[in-house]
Amino acid sequence: MISAKDKALLQKYLPNDDVLVQCMHCGMCLAVCPTYELTKMERSSPRGRIKLIKSVAEGKLELSNLFADEMNFCLDCQACETACPAGVRYSKMVEGARVVIEQSSERSSIIKNTIKKFLLNSVVANHKRLKLFARLLYFYQNSFIRNLIRKIISILPHSKKNIEIESLTPKISKVFSSSVIEEKTLAADKPKYKIAFSTGCIMDVAFADINIDTIEVLKKHQCEIITPKQQVCCGSLHAHNGQIDKAKELAKINLDVFSEFEYDFLISNSAGCGAFMKEYDHLFIDDPKYAEKAKSFSMRVKDISEFLATIEPPSQLHPLDEKITYHDACHLCHSQKITAEPRKVLKQIPDIKLIELQESTWCCGSAGIYNVTRHDDAEKILERKMKNLEDTGADIVVTGNPGCIGQLKYGIEKHGLQMQVMHTVSLVKKSMESKK
Amino acid sequence: MQKSILDKIKKIAGGNNFFDSPEDRLSYSYDGVPMLQQLPEAVVFPQKSEQISELLQLANKEKFAVIPRGAGTGLSGGSIPTNNSIVLVMTKWNNLLEIDTANLTASVEPGLVTGVLQKEVEKLGLFYPPDPGSMNVCTIGGNVAENAGGLRGLKYGVTKNYVLGVEMILPSGEFIKIGGKNVKDVAGYNLKDIVVGSEGTLGIFTKILLKLIPYPSRSKTISVNFKKILNSGSSVADIISSRITPSMLEFLDNTTMNCVEDYTKIGLDRNSEAMLIIEVDGSGSSVDEDAELIMNILKKNDAQEIKISEKPAEALLLKAARRSAFSALARRKPTTILEDATVPRSELPVMIEKVREAAFTFNVAIGNFGHAGDGNLHPTCLTDERDSGEITRAHKAFDFIFNEAIKLGGTITGEHGTGLAKKDFLENTVGKEGIEFMKKIKMVVDPNNILNPGKILTIAPRCEGTLPKNREQIPEFHSHH
Repeated sequence: MISAKDKALLQKYLPNDDVLVQCMHCGMCLAVCPTYELTKMERSSPRGRIKLIKSVAEGKLELSNLFADEMNFCLDCQACETACPAGVRYSKMVEGARVVIEQSSERSSIIKNTIKKFLLNSVVANHKRLKLFARLLYFYQNSFIRNLIRKIISILPHSKKNIEIESLTPKISKVFSSSVIEEKTLAADKPKYKIAFSTGCIMDVAFADINIDTIEVLKKHQCEIITPKQQVCCGSLHAHNGQIDKAKELAKINLDVFSEFEYDFLISNSAGCGAFMKEYDHLFIDDPKYAEKAKSFSMRVKDISEFLATIEPPSQLHPLDEKITYHDACHLCHSQKITAEPRKVLKQIPDIKLIELQESTWCCGSAGIYNVTRHDDAEKILERKMKNLEDTGADIVVTGNPGCIGQLKYGIEKHGLQMQVMHTVSLVKKSMESKK
Repeated sequence: MQKSILDKIKKIAGGNNFFDSPEDRLSYSYDGVPMLQQLPEAVVFPQKSEQISELLQLANKEKFAVIPRGAGTGLSGGSIPTNNSIVLVMTKWNNLLEIDTANLTASVEPGLVTGVLQKEVEKLGLFYPPDPGSMNVCTIGGNVAENAGGLRGLKYGVTKNYVLGVEMILPSGEFIKIGGKNVKDVAGYNLKDIVVGSEGTLGIFTKILLKLIPYPSRSKTISVNFKKILNSGSSVADIISSRITPSMLEFLDNTTMNCVEDYTKIGLDRNSEAMLIIEVDGSGSSVDEDAELIMNILKKNDAQEIKISEKPAEALLLKAARRSAFSALARRKPTTILEDATVPRSELPVMIEKVREAAFTFNVAIGNFGHAGDGNLHPTCLTDERDSGEITRAHKAFDFIFNEAIKLGGTITGEHGTGLAKKDFLENTVGKEGIEFMKKIKMVVDPNNILNPGKILTIAPRCEGTLPKNREQIPEFHSHH
């Protein structure tokens, strides 16, 4: 039986009945679901999970371990939402269910959960601490201690898996982008757009160069850029992992911080962050204090590729004689429905050869911190991506999300492919600087 | 079901292929039909023919029902569990065994996804035409059991036209092989045509042999809008009577077009009363000649905006849009009751009008679309299962539509099957004698009525127990059984 506390949680965090009944269980989502593809079992499909969530909401099913496991097995890649002709908002249901699972009295927290909570609440959510943590990680990754620890891990049980997880930790940049990028960057020439830039947290510490490339590219496209020093993590990782209250807390800080500045567009180069910031308006729709602020904020959020595709093609693009392919990050293609824009931007580079990747919109297995929390499942999903990447014969795979970049780099190394991984904006920057 | 029986089932299936958690039972309690659901006692994924045979023998002994299931996208309730049943899911049994390019055949396991087979044979320049709306999800086994149709039925026929043979397990547990690679084969009764479309009531397929044809070298796609819905129907009748056979001739009314446009955003005209999507294919100049003739017919019928394209990408977009129609209609209202009335093609304009009349008379929203070239319409009632008054009106509207279809010499189902959803109307279509003949076959093949009981026919009401009824709720799980 479901306890009164759980009932209240269900009421609070699950979407209302109108959303739940919308799925007419036609099954069109099954074909695109990476987890259904792995198990061929209905409960690992969006349609099956919706049935389970509905059953829990109706009090016909307990918040069982199997239920929790299926909810967390989902990558939240949202490919099913793209495939759903009826427009069912599956992600809202599964994310709601995760909040309930997280807060329910029934769930006992195991070590993995504790680590997850520590990372999300104490590290990612606090930018100073994230930097400190990243700084330590940087020294670790560049020291003899790493080799020592890897050796120790290798003699422990599950050694292969542990080493794999260890090598998934993002390679920390020597310098963090937030330490280099000034709060205000002037346009290289005739300012036309006022841009606010969201640095992201993983992008900042692990892919600082991509952030710096973004600023460089924007600067040369008549953009004056504000990069607020006080901005914090957007909260998407928390929201996707059942910590909606923490996500809201972070979102409020960002809403306050960014409202201090005047800007036309808020640019993000991280698909996951962009997708979530575009949803701030929904997040605060019933909040009298933040509803307006969130609405004005969300409508101005744009992915970097989305922005670059709408402005005049830059004249400073020089030829790049490269064979590239493009991997659609789930949070760009499924959450933000952005697929044509990055391809348009890439094709503007003279001489570039874009080879389409089979199943380009199929998740790579990164899915936030899924590749750490559900490593074995993520590995199987990654394998499929690697096979498709290999078939392209491209020299560079381009994508638009830090999680994907890390996961693809890891996969390419593991599977022994000869391929570089680049962010869309970095390739544009490379073309602008090419002297050929 | 007694635990001892479940244990026996588990022993036959093997622990890894047997599931009876509440989560698994719930997630196999439904298929693609709204408002029909019932919990199975267990779910089994068979790995080989012997297991199926043993399970069926046990079912005869212990008197439980066995419900075969593919991907669960059926639209007549054929794979919905019945009282005291186990579900046999074939989705993991999905190998493409052989493509014989010398004889143009493919041998497949029943769980193979239709779209996957199509992609594989097309790589070799071959063609497997049946393409139900759910082709990227549904399985060949399910297609054969339901004799599934699709967009290309008009020129290329339906699943039965491509089945050369099957290997199957009879309800008794006996193994039987029907047909083979021969193009001609009249040895004995034509059993193949009895088992194709038997909806899982006569046996369980374990291997299927399919006919392939060469892939057509050229095709042209025409999309066209009509200010008046009547002109779309008469265009279809004119095209058929002028002896052109397009490979596709699809119809969408305004409601459907709007829902599809909401989903696909490919620029369908939201203001037209109807549209047709037409494809002609073949080789050489015949394609151009057919397209030309069709264009002239359309113009004569006051068509508004005729677009023609030879680009495969554009054709794919239109076809994908059309395939999304049924599900896209759920954007308007959550419960979409889809029907499958089919009439002789010359009667199509009348039938389209009758559907409009039904919507008006019974005050329900109906989106209409379908395979116009086959006379096969899918009028879909847009309702909300939480509104019982509306559901009652929807059922009345469908009674009316079915009766009108039969009056026009039509049938209650063109391609979705009878299953549970259309069982009550079967007698009106096939007659008392027809039903009796079918019952006799079923009773000889499955005397204990253990295989998918209560689907198509009611053999022995008491033994079948209660069948899932519309809007019946699944009880709460109080404890693990």
